[in-house]
Amino acid sequence: MNIVSFTVMSFGLFFLLVTVIGLIRLPGFFTRVHAVSKSETLGLALVFAGLMLHEGMTLVSMKYALIILFVALANPVGAHVLTRAAVRTGIMPTRTRKPIDAPVPPQTSEGETQ
Amino acid sequence: MNEFTGAAGFLIVLMFGLCYRLILGPRVYNRLLAAGAIGTFTIALLAVMGYLFERPDMFVDLALTYALLNFIGTVAVAKYLENHSEEREPGEPPEGIAG
Repeated sequence: MNIVSFTVMSFGLFFLLVTVIGLIRLPGFFTRVHAVSKSETLGLALVFAGLMLHEGMTLVSMKYALIILFVALANPVGAHVLTRAAVRTGIMPTRTRKPIDAPVPPQTSEGETQ
Repeated sequence: MNEFTGAAGFLIVLMFGLCYRLILGPRVYNRLLAAGAIGTFTIALLAVMGYLFERPDMFVDLALTYALLNFIGTVAVAKYLENHSEEREPGEPPEGIAG
């Protein structure tokens, strides 16, 4: 295993570690989805890129590329479906501090009394 | 004992870290998110295990199949939770959801 593939794979494992830290530490469901869906895709793609560099130009390497392509398509779609289900069943974003300014009332047209 | 052993051990330790959110997640959505993340980590673990057993040509097929099944499972459970829970306005306290 040469130094290039080892380095790329180490970066991938680092991003997977970032995923775990984000999933444990972040408050609220939506921030956790944000942590998982992005850094996990990148970490898995880098791990498989390192394995491709180790493998060379073989059929197994092409299957690794296929896995990268599929995960890059499927992981954001899965996160979106999960988040949409959470929103439609009433999960709200966690508010860690009070809102700075109240929501602005809708603008009324001239002459219309509200 | 080589780099692949270390990578596989590191991935297993990370999956135990994900089990924290899988067990203690406040609701079913956090648990489903952690379960999907564990499934995605398993794809990388299977590909690395192929080099430990010196059969990467067999384990890559397992990893590809696991990627497909993981995606299908996550989407199926999420659609089930979306369709089979009570209708409520956003912001209403979601009581009654398992988890």
